[in-house]
Amino acid sequence: MLEHIINMRFEIAAVFLFAIGFMTLLHPNLIKKIIGINIMDTSIFLFLAAAGYVDGRTAPIVTGLGADPSQYINPVPSGLVLTGIVVSVSTTAFFLALTIRLYRKYNSLNLDKILLLARKGKEKV
Amino acid sequence: MTEPNGRFSQWLRGETDLFDEARSLILNQDGVPPADPPKKKPKRRKTGAMLHRRYTMFHILFVTSCILLLALLLSAVMDLPTFGDPYAPSSNEVSDRYVADGLEETGALNAVAGMILDYRAFDTFGESTVLFAAAISVLFLLQHRTDSHRHAFAPVTTNENDLILQTAVRISFPFILMFGSYVVLNGHLSPGGGFSGGAVLGAGLILYGAAFGREGLSEKLPPERTSRITVICLLIYAALKCFSFFTGANHMAIEIPKGIPGAILSSGFILPLNICVGIIVACTIFNFFLLITEGDD
Repeated sequence: MLEHIINMRFEIAAVFLFAIGFMTLLHPNLIKKIIGINIMDTSIFLFLAAAGYVDGRTAPIVTGLGADPSQYINPVPSGLVLTGIVVSVSTTAFFLALTIRLYRKYNSLNLDKILLLARKGKEKV
Repeated sequence: MTEPNGRFSQWLRGETDLFDEARSLILNQDGVPPADPPKKKPKRRKTGAMLHRRYTMFHILFVTSCILLLALLLSAVMDLPTFGDPYAPSSNEVSDRYVADGLEETGALNAVAGMILDYRAFDTFGESTVLFAAAISVLFLLQHRTDSHRHAFAPVTTNENDLILQTAVRISFPFILMFGSYVVLNGHLSPGGGFSGGAVLGAGLILYGAAFGREGLSEKLPPERTSRITVICLLIYAALKCFSFFTGANHMAIEIPKGIPGAILSSGFILPLNICVGIIVACTIFNFFLLITEGDD
């Protein structure tokens, strides 16, 4: 059991990172919510990269024709991580732009305050 | 069969609004003033207390669900195949084929580059379009700014006299650009490629903009121009891949020269596609920087 836990350390770390990011979403500060989402993204990347690794094999830089696939790690999760990073960057930029717009309108980054102000229909305390 | 006449099918046909009732409830609670003012005060206090109780309930529920999620994920992880297991179901014949035949079929030494820019190039086109869509949305959101909030965000670095930063950037900037171009141009030969190299290039541009003020760079590369460059690169990407799909689907024997494996000018369309993706990523990242720091100095 303990040996299995030690072997699965990357996946377990990914799960804990995911939970940390999920908890960070609870904070009312919008920037911290964005940081939480980024931590969750990172945990997914760690998980995928760990899923693609095979013991004792090298990166998939194939140097000759007719290569033996049992010498290289799995290249498919690497491509998935690439896709994930691009989507993460795009969504983060979009969140930040929305946050800047909210800050300009309500002069606050606290989501609870913003919601209260928006309900009252007031801008700028 | 009779015509379905439930609320949902009525809503599907566009006759009623399912959420009308809920919306009017919410509006009556805090938005629209009630009909008679004397009744207003006790009502509001009650809703305030209720809101507070719901707020604490929400926190407790959130933390509990997070712990439950953690336990669920941990128990799922313990059932996964062991880390580094060569017989894990994820390393199956698909990845074996990419590694074994990738060099012959795509001409790229880097199996990941061959995979994402040849076998699955349409997917990568979608990724670049996602980046472009994000850049356009940020442009739309941050274009019109009011002058009253010129100093809404504290400037990160606007120091024109920061000698250490400026000297360091002046020395390292050409090397960062060179390294970025190297990573882009060698994407089919070594680890790297359009996305990582473009990120390095964009980071170099951001560093330059942060050290020397954004005016100089934003005059040469305003958001409109970077968007135009991005669109042109996306169109070149689409044209190249359309050529491949068209000739491939019609069984036309137009072979794109693969070149000698290991040479810079090899592996067919992967090099131009990598350059396109690199330019798209660099322009988009720099665009984000310019738009988000707008009004700092």
